[in-house]
This record gives sequence, structure tokens and C-alpha cells, in this order.
Amino acid sequence: MNSKFAKKYHYLAYLLIAPSIIIVTTFLIYPSLQSLYLSFFRSTPFGNRIIYVGFQNFQRLLTSPAYWNSLTRSIVFTGVTVFISIASALILAVVTNKKIRGAKIYKSLLIWPFAFSFAFSGIIWGVLMHPNVGIMSYYIQLLTTYEFNWINNGTAAFILIIIASSWRMLGYNFIFFIAALQNVSPELLEAADIDGASPVTKFWRITFPLISPITFFLLIMNTLQVFFLTFGVVDVLTQGGPARATDIVTYKLFRDAFLSMRTGYASAQSIILFVFVAVITIIQFKYAGEKVFYQ
Amino acid sequence: MKRKKSTTIFIHLFLIISVFLVSFPIIYAFMVSTLNVNEVYSSPPKLQLGNNLINNYREAWQRSNMGKLLFNSAFISIVTAVGKIALSISAAFAFVYFGNFPGKNILFVMILITHMLPLPIRIVPTYQLMDNLGWLDTYYALTIPFFASATGVLLFRQFYMTVPESLLEASLIDGITPLRFLWSILIPLSKSNIVALFTIEFIWVWNQYLWPLVTTNSARVRVVQIGLKMLIPSDAQPEWNVIMAALIIGVIPPLLVYLTLQKSLVEGFAMQQDK
Repeated sequence: MNSKFAKKYHYLAYLLIAPSIIIVTTFLIYPSLQSLYLSFFRSTPFGNRIIYVGFQNFQRLLTSPAYWNSLTRSIVFTGVTVFISIASALILAVVTNKKIRGAKIYKSLLIWPFAFSFAFSGIIWGVLMHPNVGIMSYYIQLLTTYEFNWINNGTAAFILIIIASSWRMLGYNFIFFIAALQNVSPELLEAADIDGASPVTKFWRITFPLISPITFFLLIMNTLQVFFLTFGVVDVLTQGGPARATDIVTYKLFRDAFLSMRTGYASAQSIILFVFVAVITIIQFKYAGEKVFYQ
Repeated sequence: MKRKKSTTIFIHLFLIISVFLVSFPIIYAFMVSTLNVNEVYSSPPKLQLGNNLINNYREAWQRSNMGKLLFNSAFISIVTAVGKIALSISAAFAFVYFGNFPGKNILFVMILITHMLPLPIRIVPTYQLMDNLGWLDTYYALTIPFFASATGVLLFRQFYMTVPESLLEASLIDGITPLRFLWSILIPLSKSNIVALFTIEFIWVWNQYLWPLVTTNSARVRVVQIGLKMLIPSDAQPEWNVIMAALIIGVIPPLLVYLTLQKSLVEGFAMQQDK
């Protein structure tokens, strides 16, 4: 845009931006720097004083099997959840986007998990798969003889948090894919029809390249969301157990910070998580440049 | 080209099964919320509606102090969503229409950086800050720290950049002030973006869990998510029928917001991607 408000209004620009900057500085940037600072300290048993310990917190974290367990589990949990929820949302979006009767009804019935929180999703799936009361675990055992007991069995608990999180993310991804598919021109697909292209060819040659920016964007957003925001699922269901099988990084951080009051040790974990975000952000900017992103 | 009839039937079958799989957990939650506690614990598990609906919902409402929970969640969700939208609009406006004022890029990057700082990265110091400000256990802690939004600024900035220049030029000739231009021309034009952002943010705040868990303690400011968790006892057999009733009540507001705004939401998103 060439013509702008005259220079005399520059002061107004600063005034308009100031509220955002004040919030960002006070509640985001400053505390993040504090995290970095605190990560070099250890708090005394009564929490009234902090002692400088250099890199000791990081050293202890990176040599701790419990932390590696937490990291690996988080990465596997995130990877699997993101894959399941994006792939299924994409398939469903492509199918509902076809000219069929009742497409609208199908769409609205597929979106509603989006309104549920991770904690709510966790509770519902926890009951569905509950070893004593759950209808799904009951039939799983009846049909396969496998006892899906997420209360005692680590693997089952881990699978449960994946299912509960994927279900919640499915609705979110579905909305974005639906919106993206609206921009794929029907003429292009009809032209391909005339050339006798099969549905699979049409998808991989036309639809998928056109929606690949949104897919990439969802990949990034999902990774961050599942990695950082699934705390609720674990807190309502397993509290990290059984035997630390669901002790994802955010849950461990919460325990160390607010239950054991080890602020330095917890802050060091925050900094390690920041490295994770930084890597994701670099990938994002490298491959997508500045695209609109959503939480 | 006409699709074969068998293909169409197959598509419908596929979608019906998918819809069932996605919706089943919710239907099941509702069914459980109508049973009595003996039915919940009977074996094999029951997949049916019971007669205890009214009792369960009344019990859930009273036991969790649901009225207060709903009010608190609604209050913080609306305040946060409105705060975010207001701050995003004003910042985006400044970034698009005021030329290259000194420090513009740094300020823009400072706002974008919020994307790199999710709560777990700063939770200990932010909690301490709330403590120092005396904001623990207040609405302040649940709203104000979330007013800034990189998403919102980007969304409105992108939209403003597509607004035809002639609109601005015409208003400049008429001697309209910047704030007047923002209020009477830009904001009405960005209605669908505002609605989309409001929906997303409302649901987002409503469903927040970790932050209210660490910063609130008293019933005065307790939100739905935390209230529901407190219905699950750690040492006794949970009354899942009552818990599910509370859950259903607790998901109605975000669901309603979503359903009423669904249309504009999809439009708002579609618009963003226009090149």
C-alpha cells in the first residue's frame, strides 16, 4: 500500500501497538528470560533461597533416565497422534467434499469433538475404555481376549492418551481441511475427470499439492499443540502412570515445579522445551515462510 | 462425468461409519449420564438410556457448584476473547496503515515471538509473577496474560492488506482520521474474521486446563475444567453417571458458540487462504 496516514500520525501507531507489546513483554518475554535465569539455580529445601549451580540442572536432566523416558514418550505420543489425526481428518474432508447428499450434515457431525477439551476427551475415553465399566474395553476383551486395562498397564494407558488426543485433534484438523478444499477449483477436477483420471490420481496430482500448504501448517500446529497442550488428558486419567508410561514432558514439568517445588530443575526443563519449539519454528520458516498460523 | 451408483453408496456407508465412530464417545457419555450408579457398574456394561437423567444432572449441578463454574468459565472466555480481538485489531491496523515508522519490524517480531513461548516454557516465572502481583486466585491471572495474540495480529494484518487502497484514499481526501477509518470502515469489513477469532478463542479459553489448575484454588474463580476434575475422587469409586452429566453440561456452552458461529468460522478460514 503506497498511500499511508501522514507522518504526523506515527505516534498513534505506537499507541495502538503498545497494549500488545506491554502484555507480550510482561507475561511472555520477561518470564521466559526468567526461566532461563532460574535454570542455573537450585532452590533450598524450604524454597526461600536460590543457589547458583551452573549447568548442574541440565546435567542432571540429560543424564536422568526418567527424563529421557519422558522425552521419548512425548515424542512418540506426539508423532503418532499427529499422524492419526491429520491423516483421518484429510481422508474425511476429501470424502465429504464430494458432491453427495447430506454432505453438510456429515460435516457438522464430524467437527464436534473440537468443542471438547483434552481433559474432557480424556474423561470420556477413559470411561469408554475403563477396565470395570467401559463398553469398549469389555468388547475388546470379549473379541480378542486382550485385557485393555489402562489403570494397571502402561502400554494400554499410553494408547489411551493417544486415542483421546487424536479424537480431539481430528475435529480441529477437519475444519481446516474443509476450508482449504473449498479453494480447490471444481473445474480442475472436472477437467481431470474428462481425461479419465482415477480418484486416487486426482487426489495426489491435483488436490494434495493444492492443499499441501495447509497440511504443512497443520503438521506444525498439531505438533506444538499435542506436545504442549495435552496435559489435561494425562492429569485427569493417569497422572503420568502407571510406572511413568504416560509421564509426558509437560506433566513431568508440572510435577517438578508445583508438587516437588524444584523450580530450578523445572525451569531447566522449560528451556529444553524451548529448544524443541525453536527447532519446529526454524523448520516452519524455512519451508513455509510467513504463513498465517493458528494456535 | 456421472459417478457410479455403487460408488455413491460406498461413500455414504464410509461416512456413516465414520460419523458413528467420531460421535459414539459423545453418545456414550450421554447414555452414561442417564444411568444410576448400579447400572454404571453392572457387567456387561450397559449401552442404553436409563431413568436417572434428572437426578444425575441435579446432583452434578449441586455437587460441582455448576452455576458458578459456568459463570467463571464464560466470563474469562468472553473477556479474553474480546481483549485479544481488540488488541490484535489495533496492532494490525498500526502495522498496515502507518508506513515504515522506526522500530516497526522489531515490534512486529516481538509479537510474533509469542508463538515460540507456550505456557510450559515460562510457567514457573509467570506463576511467581502472578504471586508477586497478588493475582493468584483472581480473574486477572486467568485473563490479562492472554490478551496478546500473534495469531490475531497476523489474521487482521493479512486481511487489511487486501482492503482496496481506494477506500483509504477516498477517506483521506474526506479528511477522515485514522481511528475513524478503523472504526467505521475496517472493523465492519472484518466482521467474519472477528467472529472466527472469537469462536476459536472462546473455545480455547474455555478448555484451558493447566493454567487455571496452578493459579486458582478457591471456588470463587474455579472454572468448569477444574471443577469437573474435582468430581473424580482418587480414593473411591467414581460416580461416572454424575461426572458424565457434569461433563455434558460443561461442553454445551462451547458447543453452542461453535454451532452458532460455524458458518462464519468456515468462511473466515476460507477467506484467509485467498491469495
